Amino acid sequence: MRALRLNQLVISRRFNQFTSRAGVRSLSDHVSSRPVPPSAPETAGDHLIYTQEHFALKESLRKIIDQEINPHVDQWEAEGTFPAHKIFKILGSAGFLGVNKPVEYGGLGLDFSYSVAVSEELGNIRCGGIPMAIGVQTDMATPALARFGSAELKEEFLLPSILGDKVACLGVSEVGAGSDVSSILTKAVRKGDEYVINGGKMWTTNGTQADWICLLANTSDAAPHRNKSLICLPMTLPGVHIARKIDKLGMWSSDTAEVFFDDVRVPCKNIIGQEGMGFTYQMLQFQEERLWAVANIVTMMDNIIQETIQYTRQRKIFKQPVLYHQSVNFRLAELQTEVELLRSLLYRATALYIKGNDVTKLASMAKLKGGRLAREVGDSCLQYWGGMGFTSDVLVSRFYRDSRLLSIGGGADEVMLGIICKYMDTLPKK
Amino acid sequence: MSGRVLVGVKRVIDYAVKIRVKPDNSGVVTDGVKHSMNPFCEIAVEEAVKMKEKKLIKEVVAVSCGPQQAQETIRTALAMGADRGIHVEVTGKDYDMLGPLQVSKIMAALAKKEDAQLIILGKQAIDGDCNQTGQMTAALLDWPQGTFASEVSLEGDTVKVVREIDGGLETIKINTPAVLTADLRLNTPRYATLPNIMKAKKKKIAKVKPADLGLDMTSRLEVLRVDEPPQRLAGVKVETVDDLVAKLKETGRL
Repeated sequence: MRALRLNQLVISRRFNQFTSRAGVRSLSDHVSSRPVPPSAPETAGDHLIYTQEHFALKESLRKIIDQEINPHVDQWEAEGTFPAHKIFKILGSAGFLGVNKPVEYGGLGLDFSYSVAVSEELGNIRCGGIPMAIGVQTDMATPALARFGSAELKEEFLLPSILGDKVACLGVSEVGAGSDVSSILTKAVRKGDEYVINGGKMWTTNGTQADWICLLANTSDAAPHRNKSLICLPMTLPGVHIARKIDKLGMWSSDTAEVFFDDVRVPCKNIIGQEGMGFTYQMLQFQEERLWAVANIVTMMDNIIQETIQYTRQRKIFKQPVLYHQSVNFRLAELQTEVELLRSLLYRATALYIKGNDVTKLASMAKLKGGRLAREVGDSCLQYWGGMGFTSDVLVSRFYRDSRLLSIGGGADEVMLGIICKYMDTLPKK
Repeated sequence: MSGRVLVGVKRVIDYAVKIRVKPDNSGVVTDGVKHSMNPFCEIAVEEAVKMKEKKLIKEVVAVSCGPQQAQETIRTALAMGADRGIHVEVTGKDYDMLGPLQVSKIMAALAKKEDAQLIILGKQAIDGDCNQTGQMTAALLDWPQGTFASEVSLEGDTVKVVREIDGGLETIKINTPAVLTADLRLNTPRYATLPNIMKAKKKKIAKVKPADLGLDMTSRLEVLRVDEPPQRLAGVKVETVDDLVAKLKETGRL
């Protein structure tokens, strides 16, 4: 009797909290023939890029996700925000926000494969918004600062961000400039020892909660790729207005802001590295940003496919499980095949990158495929969930909405295609 | 006092995994299934590490018995703050039949060898649910035991233990060396932080065989068959209370 109740409990998300402490067992609802092997080896032995430490890292991060994040995701999605300071402090204290950052500033100085492991594990969060918010903190707003910032700047902004005491956001995109970064209009005009900043930024993840913004602004009248600088800007400075929290199709638990800067004054020493190098600095980290996003989505796609298998196995149609219809199990096989291909590309690019190679082409290909495959997985799986898939009670509908952003943000599909063409030398000659 | 605490950690099938019985009913499927540290063992490690942080003891030694994979469980303990590990290598048939009696013999032998002041174990493992190893270990060593501990205070040569019992809570005071078993509410285990996971790489795990300790692992038990619990059958609806009483009498329940 208890076995059946336990099976039903397992589907309820609150079960995680209960069993993690009480050690209650659940039984499979069918005596199976063969166990389903995991898609990647359980232990380090044969893995392409992961060692035992990577797996230990994933296990520990998974516990934090299961205990501190997933139990609250539904509530945070409904509220349209999540407590970034609280969650980042928990992650920061456990060392997960500075994996590849300098040791002198609280980081671990590990190579990018560890960041990929973190990102993969964050894909187990039951929404897209929170991993995205964490990704901004670790791999979008801070890499340039870590590499090129002055010691004083790193002390003030990098150290607390790695510890989880300060929430960061990235100010690059504007209302009039997304893919076309070089046409941003925000200006930082030098007046004595300060820059006076006027303009606005759009799509600012963590924007309503951030303590500081990594801002890309025009600091001179030189050519568009050489006149921009990155500036560390505290969000509490007079003149910084958070105009609105944007209401989006998905990523609901991540607060996205439109921010205005009205004669904001900031010391010149807040500039990261060299004046005029901002665009270059930001571009240098694109490979990492993109591979990070792919690692995330690969885990999420795995999970959606698995949940769809579980659902269609017990859901009956015309007297047999939905899963037993060839159109269904064959399609899931196709999708899983492509997920594995993308995973292989991710590991290959990561392995080359940590050896010091330029993986722009592979990273762009992976990001392009990630965005498109996620849409296919979301669309096909949602179909197999039928009416239930169309409700807000299931993960597949949230995934369908959240994952759509991947083809747009962090480098739109079209931008990825342009980069790949450049490497293939197929673009029109000027 | 040596200031050394031995903590037993067991590698078990992860609590969240759905268990499958093997087709030949000889046991449950373990190949390719996610394993992790027994949750009560995590609580035991946490308690030992807390004692070390309070400077009440000097060294935490994590012990696990099993094949090569047991070292992963020891590494988790090291990442939580244990100082070193001892892997007691038990494989094959001996591992299949490894139970509380064998493990307690091992723990007792190691406790003597390491001059342990305390042994802390989880109250039970979530696979066997035996709740015997702590008690047997104490008996073999003729040491006092504080089982089902929900609160532990080390005071010089004695330990005050608040135990969770059927009637409520019982507080006892026992002399060290002693065996304690951790219950659910003793503490909340810390997350293994990434810096500690990386540091754990450098910590030592010694490997030893039961034979080296002069121990015989032969089991007194034989597993005949493993089955799933019976499937729950559909219920029957009745119209009135009288019908209900009649049905219960019919099936011999009343």
